[in-house]
Order: sequence, then C-alpha cells, then structure tokens
Amino acid sequence: MFRIKNKFNAERDISGCGLCGIINAKKIKTNGSDIKKSISVEHDRGNGLGGGFAVYGNYPDYAELYAFHIMYDNLSAKADVEEYIKNNFIIEKEEPIPTFRTSKIYDHPYLHRYFIKPKSDRPDKLFHELGDDDFVVNSVMLINQNYDGAYVFSSGKNMGAFKGVGYPEDIADFYKLEEIEGYMWTAHNRFPTNTPGWWGGAHPFTLLDWSIVHNGEISSYGINKRYLEMYKYNLALKTDTEVITYILDLLIRKHKLPISLALTVLASPFYQKIDKMDGEKRELFTALRQIYGSALLNGPFAIVFGHSNGMVAMNDRIKLRPLVAAAMGDFTYVASEEAAIRAVCPSPDIVWSPKAGEPVIVEFEEKNIHQKGGLLGL
Amino acid sequence: MITIDAAGMHYKELNRLIREGIGKGIKKFFLENINGQYYIGDGIKGDDVVININGTPGNDIGAFMDGPTLIVNNNAQDNIGNTMNAGKIIIKGDAGDVVGYGMRGGRIYILGDAGYRVGIHMKGYNEQLPVIIIGGKVGSFFAEYMAGGIIVLLGLNDSDEFDGEYFASGMHGGTIYLRKKIDFSKYSKDVELYEADENDMIFLKKYLTEYADSFNIPYEEISGKPFYKIVPSSARPYAHLYTSA
Repeated sequence: MFRIKNKFNAERDISGCGLCGIINAKKIKTNGSDIKKSISVEHDRGNGLGGGFAVYGNYPDYAELYAFHIMYDNLSAKADVEEYIKNNFIIEKEEPIPTFRTSKIYDHPYLHRYFIKPKSDRPDKLFHELGDDDFVVNSVMLINQNYDGAYVFSSGKNMGAFKGVGYPEDIADFYKLEEIEGYMWTAHNRFPTNTPGWWGGAHPFTLLDWSIVHNGEISSYGINKRYLEMYKYNLALKTDTEVITYILDLLIRKHKLPISLALTVLASPFYQKIDKMDGEKRELFTALRQIYGSALLNGPFAIVFGHSNGMVAMNDRIKLRPLVAAAMGDFTYVASEEAAIRAVCPSPDIVWSPKAGEPVIVEFEEKNIHQKGGLLGL
Repeated sequence: MITIDAAGMHYKELNRLIREGIGKGIKKFFLENINGQYYIGDGIKGDDVVININGTPGNDIGAFMDGPTLIVNNNAQDNIGNTMNAGKIIIKGDAGDVVGYGMRGGRIYILGDAGYRVGIHMKGYNEQLPVIIIGGKVGSFFAEYMAGGIIVLLGLNDSDEFDGEYFASGMHGGTIYLRKKIDFSKYSKDVELYEADENDMIFLKKYLTEYADSFNIPYEEISGKPFYKIVPSSARPYAHLYTSA
C-alpha cells in the first residue's frame, strides 16, 4: 500500500544512484537494449529500490496527444481517476502498459496509459482560460494530490517514463524496453537512503515533456519547495528530485528563459566569479541570481534533463557527483561512469568530464543547433 | 603469469581471483575486457606483483594497496589509490576525480589529465612519501587540505588553463611542483610560490625519470623547463579559526 502515495514523514530523500543518457541528434531511433546495458554497468550504484527510464519518440502514432502513464494501487482509484479524465479529456486510446512478468519484479501497482487531449468544453472553462499544457499540469497535480492510490508518472507528448522498484535492468525487462524505440533515452539506478523505495519515488520525474534523473541531494529543497508552491506546483512526492522538474518547467515553459540560462539559475556561478565578468554578462548573471535566488539548487547533484528538443547533463557548482560524457557520430552519451558508456560505445570519438556547473547541451539537429557538448562552456 | 578475461565478471569474483593468484605466488596478472569493475587491487600486498588492466576499470582501484603495481592502459574512473600505502599506479589515459584521497605512500603516475580534488588530504610521515605526477591538467580543488607528500603537475599539453580553481586551498603540508608558472592571484592564501632550486630538481629527478620510463617518453621532454614549487605558509592555517590569536 506504500507503492503509490508517499506516506512517509521524511522531508526528502538522499540518494547515491547512478544515471546515464543516450541521444541521437538526428533522431535516429534505437531500442531500449543499449540504455539497459549502459545502466546495468552501474548496477552497484543502486540497491534495487528504484530504477527507471525516460524515452522520447516512442509514441509517433499519438505524437500530438498527451501520453499519461498512471500507477494505481487499487481499481477504485482507477475508476475515480478515469471519471476525471473522461470529464476533461478526449481519450483517443487507453490500454494497460505492456509488462512482462519477471520473477525480479513480483510486486507492482496496476499500470495503465491513456493517449488524451483536453476537451475544448471542459468544466474548468467556466472559470478560466488555461492553455492545454497548463491544464495538463493542473490535472497531474490534482490527481497526484487528491486521488488516493493513483499517481501520474508521465504526461508528455511522444515520450514516456517507465519506472518502479527494482534494479533498472529488471525494470527494463518488466516494461519490455527492448521492444520500444526512441531517439533519446535516460536511465536511473536508485539508492535511496532516507526513505524506503516506492514506485512513485523512482526516477525519472516527469511533467509534460520534461524528465529528470538525478544523483545527489538537494539540500535547498525547503526553499525550492516554498518557491514553487507560490506558483501552484504541488510537491506531492516529498523527494528532492521533484523540485528540479518543476523549477525547469517554471523557468523554461512559463517564464520563457532559454534552457542555457535556466540552467545557470540551477547552478549559478559564485558571486566572486560573476564579479569578474564583463559588463552585460555580469548584469545578466547578477539579475538571475537576484530574481531566482530561491530556485538555486544547493548540495551535490548530477542530473540528466530530457525535453522535446534535446538533452542536458549537468553537475552542481563544485562537482560533488560524477558525470562523464562522450560523443560518437550523431550520438552523445552521458553517465556517472565512463564504463557505462564504453559498454555500449567502446571507442567514442571523444570522452570528457564536464566541468562543475557547465552543462552538456545536446539539441536535435532539426532545430539547426548542433552538439555543444559543454566543451565550449557558456 | 595469469590472464583473466573479465568480460561480464563482477568485481567480487575478479578480486577473489586476483587475491587467490597472489596467494599462489603469481606475480604477473593481465586483466582483459575490464569494464567498470570496482575495487581492483584493493588492499593487496606484494612489492613484485604487477597487474595489467586492459579496459576501463571502475572506481576505487588500488585503495589501501600496499606494494603492488597497477598499470591501466586506458582511462580510469574516480577515487584512484584511496588511502594507498605503498606501490605504484600507472594510468596511461586520464584519471577521474579524487585521485589519491588520503594517500600515505606509493606513487600514482598519470599520463593524461586528472579530475577534481587530486591529492585531497594526502599525507606523509618520515619515510612515507606519497607522490602523484600528472602529465596534463587538473580540475578544481587541487591538493585540497594536502598535509604531506609530493604532487607534480606537468601540464604537458600546454593548455592555458591547467590548474582549475581553489588551487591548494587548506594545504598545510607537503610540496607541489609545477612545470609552469600559474596566475598567482588565483592561489590560495595558504600557500607560497618559489622557483625550484637545484636540490629540488635532484630530488625530483628520481620520480620524473620513473614517470618518463613508465610512459616511454624522453626524460628531457618533461624536465626541460624551470619548475616552480608551492609550499604551505603554515602547518596550522586554521589555528585561530575559532579562537583569537
């Protein structure tokens, strides 16, 4: 019964964890076997209490619809949530998420997915005019907070999160990732140390097209949480990683900051560095620190952030968690350990360790933006 | 001599084979298809044991090692030679973060670059003199809280930025040698810079020669420039942090 709703008192969880990501800049798809192989090299970074994957480009037939992945503890929760969805969304298709019964994952919630779009005549229109994305965010928050025994763990378009309690390679088998194809994959192996592992608490954390996998501990969680609550984000999961997803949603989608600037809010340069910058740049960074001081992440972290236009990998400002990147042709790989990359790409063109706070940014080439790779800095 | 094919092998099994081998008197090991196995060579003894590693070893190689030689023919990951006591680790590629954490003896020679926090808490006492030599550049927090031993930073690839930030902060023992001068304003206030003198170079020759031999590069190539040395200004930089002077 602890699977879905986190009933624990702990304010946040601290994790050891391993992560990795694979992206093809030309959107050439690969199935889930590479990402599974890569994260399985980092098996010993986790303890079997959380594994998960995000994949982009996996629902091309429903690319214009929001793909909701929902976990249910019981069928009455399913009935309640489905009533909400039917009242507010057009359901194009719904089905159980295909799973493979493996002896390693013997205890799991009921997993269902819905390809939906908000109705134009839905009841909330009586009160306000929300865009579709905003309405989806509200719906995710509402279900996760108010519907006991139900948890939306994926809500983006043409992407999906697949996660649960177990080692990531077993979770990959459970969700049959070898039969799923995508042009970007991220993966996480969890080692929770302050709260028990539970299905909702596995990474990635997603909202709309944003997905985050995270290794570390956000010690600024309290400040970040209060800040996000002012913008009506509901932090239902009580795990630190959740705040990163919502901060990026706020900065990029709502406040329209370019991704590279939003990242400097998360891992802002120290003032002593800002003071040495030239005129306009110094003003910009000073302004960002002043306006978004409450969105700064403190504490050790390495994250891989997926979005519909690409992938970002980044460390905290003083590099307290490992992160390695490599590139081979159109593929870019990131991981906690070089060996995880070498397992699927034995001889990359280039391997490097990104500097503290300097993001590796890879965007799909259809946008005419090429791999920047963090080598150039900002 | 023994060759171990480590493809898909867990580190527990691998290290068991190594320890059994050493117990049987085997002196030379060749580890093939290594990828990500942790703790290789941890806590092993035997001055004449040599372990060749082909592939990318996992974190914490040579931790607590007491005598043997590890040769890594590729890049290595984080925490190399953690609290190592004696022996030698040769890395023919780059090294990850936290090289030689709390190292108390032996040598770590790196041909390429090293990551953040090289030599953090490194210490020495009497004849125990840990030595780290890095061919390329290093990340920030180099020699943080260094308490003893020697670190040589060669900067052979001649990149401008080879020393990172927060260089030698909290250093209160040991010596850092540099093959080129760095921007003094970036230095920690805990350290002082001098030009290396003749005695320094005589002292260093033994280690630089061994380093050069390890990677088959001419000794002259690495010794050709004047060296600088950095020593701590005080053995107790924080003596008055919580009390008045």
